Amino acid sequence: MSAVAAPHQIAGVGRWSPDRRYLPVIGTFIVFALMVTIGGLRYENFLSPAVMSNLFINNAHLIVLAVGMTFVILTGGIDLSVGAVLALSSVITATLLQAGWSLALVVPVAVLAGSAIGYGMGVMIQYFDIQPFVATLAGMFLARGLCFLFAPESVPIRDESFIALAGWGVNLGRWRVTAAVLIALLAVAAAWWVLHRTRFGRTVYAVGGGEQSATLMGLRVARTKVLVYVISGTCAGLAGLLFAMFSRSGYALTGVAMELDAIAAVVIGGTLLTGGTGFVLGSVIGVMVLGLIQTIITFEGTLSSWWTKIVIGALLLIFVVLQRILTLRRT
Amino acid sequence: MNRILKSRLLWPLVALAALLLACTVRRPDILGITVLDGHLFGAPIDILRNSAPLLLVALGMTLVIATRGIDLSVGATVAIAGAVAMTFIASSPDPGSVGTAVGAVVVALGLCLVLGLWNGFLVSSLGIQPIIATLILMTAGRGVAMLITGGQITTVNSAPFAQLASGFWLGLPVAALIAYGVYGVVALLVRRTALGMLLESVGINPKASRLAGVKARTLTWTVYALSGLFAGLAGLIFASNTMAADANNAGLFIELDAILAVVIGGTALSGGKFNLGGTLVGVLVITTLTLTVTVLGVSPLVTPLFKAIVVVAVTLLQSPRLRATLAGLGRTRPQEVRA
Amino acid sequence: MTAATPETRTAAAPPARPGPHPEPVVSMTGITVEFPGVKALDGVDFRLFPGEVHALMGENGAGKSTLIKALTGVNPVAAGSIVVAGAETRFTGPADARERGISTVYQEVNLCGNLTVAENIMLGSEQRRLGGLDWRSMRREAARHLERMGLSIDPSSSLDSHSLAIQQLVAISRAMVVEAQVLILDEPTSSLDAGEVEQLFAVMRRLRDEGVAILFVSHFLDQIYAISDRITVLRNGRLVEERATADLPQRELVSLMIAGKSGADVSEARPRGERAARDPEAGPLLRAIGLGRKGSVEPFDLELYPGEVVGMAGLLGSGRTELARLLSGADRADAGAIEFAGETTRLRTPRAALAHKIAYTSEDRKGEGVVGDLTVRENIVLGLQAARGWMRPLPRANVDRIVAEYIKALGIRPANPEALLRNLSGGNQQKVLLARWLATAPRLLLLDEPTRGIDIGAKTEIMNLVSELASQGMSVVFISAELEEVVRLSDRIAVMRDRRKVAEIDGGEDVGVPQLIDLIASGGQNQ
Repeated sequence: MSAVAAPHQIAGVGRWSPDRRYLPVIGTFIVFALMVTIGGLRYENFLSPAVMSNLFINNAHLIVLAVGMTFVILTGGIDLSVGAVLALSSVITATLLQAGWSLALVVPVAVLAGSAIGYGMGVMIQYFDIQPFVATLAGMFLARGLCFLFAPESVPIRDESFIALAGWGVNLGRWRVTAAVLIALLAVAAAWWVLHRTRFGRTVYAVGGGEQSATLMGLRVARTKVLVYVISGTCAGLAGLLFAMFSRSGYALTGVAMELDAIAAVVIGGTLLTGGTGFVLGSVIGVMVLGLIQTIITFEGTLSSWWTKIVIGALLLIFVVLQRILTLRRT
Repeated sequence: MNRILKSRLLWPLVALAALLLACTVRRPDILGITVLDGHLFGAPIDILRNSAPLLLVALGMTLVIATRGIDLSVGATVAIAGAVAMTFIASSPDPGSVGTAVGAVVVALGLCLVLGLWNGFLVSSLGIQPIIATLILMTAGRGVAMLITGGQITTVNSAPFAQLASGFWLGLPVAALIAYGVYGVVALLVRRTALGMLLESVGINPKASRLAGVKARTLTWTVYALSGLFAGLAGLIFASNTMAADANNAGLFIELDAILAVVIGGTALSGGKFNLGGTLVGVLVITTLTLTVTVLGVSPLVTPLFKAIVVVAVTLLQSPRLRATLAGLGRTRPQEVRA
Repeated sequence: MTAATPETRTAAAPPARPGPHPEPVVSMTGITVEFPGVKALDGVDFRLFPGEVHALMGENGAGKSTLIKALTGVNPVAAGSIVVAGAETRFTGPADARERGISTVYQEVNLCGNLTVAENIMLGSEQRRLGGLDWRSMRREAARHLERMGLSIDPSSSLDSHSLAIQQLVAISRAMVVEAQVLILDEPTSSLDAGEVEQLFAVMRRLRDEGVAILFVSHFLDQIYAISDRITVLRNGRLVEERATADLPQRELVSLMIAGKSGADVSEARPRGERAARDPEAGPLLRAIGLGRKGSVEPFDLELYPGEVVGMAGLLGSGRTELARLLSGADRADAGAIEFAGETTRLRTPRAALAHKIAYTSEDRKGEGVVGDLTVRENIVLGLQAARGWMRPLPRANVDRIVAEYIKALGIRPANPEALLRNLSGGNQQKVLLARWLATAPRLLLLDEPTRGIDIGAKTEIMNLVSELASQGMSVVFISAELEEVVRLSDRIAVMRDRRKVAEIDGGEDVGVPQLIDLIASGGQNQ
């Protein structure tokens, strides 16, 4: 075109180099592929559709949590409340169903409870300058306390329509997709669409890349920062519903430290905790990696369950150090 | 009067007083102290003793936060310390001897110091954000603790070791003496040496501190090491209390309580000026809260709800934004009323 | 810096080149902007014509950025009128101004590096399809805007995979999406190298020829003369001159920018006789040989002797600060060597420099000097204590003695060691920082703009103090934007221009501000 452009064009010709944005996600995918391969070679039945279907079925709620967490972390924030909000939503679901409410009413109430807590935290963070860590910590205590206020004991769910919904599923060959998995995948698709196809979604990235720049570009930063917590809270509410479907009960002590799993999945999925870089699909692979670790340890038989935590910690370390090297090279 | 009103400690102290008042309303004699077998007993003594582990952890946390950091791994460190000590005693030929107990303490504290140094390494040498760096040990730590205990809840019998939590000395509980002793030493150390000033300098203005020749890296290592060490000590008190190492539940959420105590005490998470006196008040508020909830006959399980209320109230009242808004309201409201 | 061909410009009064728009697109008259206690702009007139590159010149505090902010609605205007395209206008902010055709590109690229080039250009002017953003047509649109800049980079590449120059051009593309008639470029070249500057200039010329009015701010004289058609000079918030570039010689420009500044009232020049006689046998205290850092200051030689004040003369951005930062270990040199007291040494950190008794006060007093939430006492002993480490605290009695001594000697007000530093005035903060360094008994003291933004009385006190310190045998490097101060204090003066040390002269009775202006304007040549 012009002399100005020429050198930059030539530099890119002839060699394929993936955009640096995708590197962390590619790394996660390689880890995932390696684990699947090793598992498949070591254990019989590891690659069977049943095992792989269960990977999704057992982790549907975590996928939804990780989706919401991705929004928050992309803006450079953090949400510690999601585990407790998940429990609150499941308790609300069980309690209200037991009280004879109809499913059509219970579902929105449980999900919106999460949105409301998310909104409160977002307002504290954006308008009262309270650090995300402290505000969402308060949200966590609030939700956990409310759980016990509503139902100190585990509440079984016997509502027929709910049981029917929880038990619903389609078999595609030997693969099985339950309602919870379907909902989780829909949430992923919706999140992907919002992040990549709306101005709000791009603003989420812009805020994580530099709040001041985003403001100078005329983007609606304040609204976005509140909304990501609302989304995270809503996702946690939805995840609580899925968890209730999974466990057929509501219990105040579910989801303890689950926010850590969600954060770990997002980080292992290649999203930088400093914000601005990452993909919701990466977080889904992150959840799958966490699930695979558990599956492998189960298949191994001789390995004790606590290795799960140690391996997750080690993976976190590796990814965090690699990300650090990547960001160092950039500057 | 004006100075008291402006003090950041005003609201935490009000909260503490309100909690104690609520207790006395329900049980007027609750703040009394009785002497039994030369030991002091009563609710205040219980608060002192129960606050010991949290005070230790919050003490380390305050120093870390002063440098613009945070240490999420202290809960896991608590679990590891207990696991190491209990396993050490259980596997020794003479579990009941003083030597074994001392050995357990030394080995456990040594390991926790190493864990703290590891955090310091990630933060100061690799330059990883503190919240992520310590998240790694927070995640892996309980797994490591279970690895040490072999997944069992190791229980032992060691009279000397049990003294840590249940012993009395000069009529006071040993646990409280240790925690408040360490607190006093650190408070002295921080203000009598230049540690406090240099930590605050790094937290307030890292660039200016660098130009002034402050060795920020050494300071960062030091505070994370201390945080690990104090968490280890807290873990030993926990373990001694039950004489068991419960890798899953020992020190669960203590990092959050500690951060709360620091924030309630008026030290901002953004670093800089720190207030050890405030942290002490924060620890007492949180410990008293648990007591108050029990005394009022509410299920202790609901305690988190009250914690949330206290945090939101105290942080909002300390928020300059809200103060400005309220001041603005104060000016405009009366006119509206008149009109 | 650049070998730009000085195109022959029509030297006539505006518009600089004949065009269809004889009317100014922006006309500001009698603009006054007030901040608490200061008149940042005082009745300034400014005109911008279509199809011209108009350079806005002035030293720190002259009011350049205030003027830009007054135009774009960031700063409220106390008095005066702003007429844009024939209509009286007040913008509510940059976004409003942008919608009405006035776009601003800042010195720091204010885009999001983690987004793609297309997103950076198009966010805010999206195209939609089926309710979602239509990336395909937005990429096409972005490519069209990039083409206008002569760029053919991939719109879906991420912004931070490109050089700063490209990023700057992308920022301009974004500015031009709204078909801006006025483009404000606020120091766009400060971190570009010579080739990149040429690239930017090519685009600027193209836009100018399309009839866009460009307001250009830069500290590099060569660049101003290479690209601008007209120059407006501001000084201390007032309009000094508006003239066609071709009619304004460099020497006159420099003196317009700095002459007549209210320097400190040093009762008289530093008595030369008191200067510690330089021992011809003894070598210099510090010798820099080919010391430099890429993108910051080009390699220079410099010798500093005990008992001597070396002044640095140069405009803002000339490299005077960067030079001091290399000598103090604040920045690491990537070329050359330093000899200190005869021995080759490397100053990798400020701490290493302090170990050699080299002290440096940054020009960025607030960001790199003041530890605001600490007390005056703590700030004064900070340097001394940092050198000792935290385990060996200075005895309290010593601290109190040192602090009391400096509060008295430097006249720090309020004379309260327990006052928080952030509550002190600028001049007193500066004195506290001086005390911090003097307490470490430095052999070499690097003072970067110690007199900026403080009142005349404090200026005089600080300059007298510098003079006294030198007579006691300390080696001092003195940097100030006010050439008068440099002339009065210095035994020797190094002249900086466009990141290079271009000359070095001995100070003395016969050296004056005009001579320095000549040296700066000519870049040290034809002397």
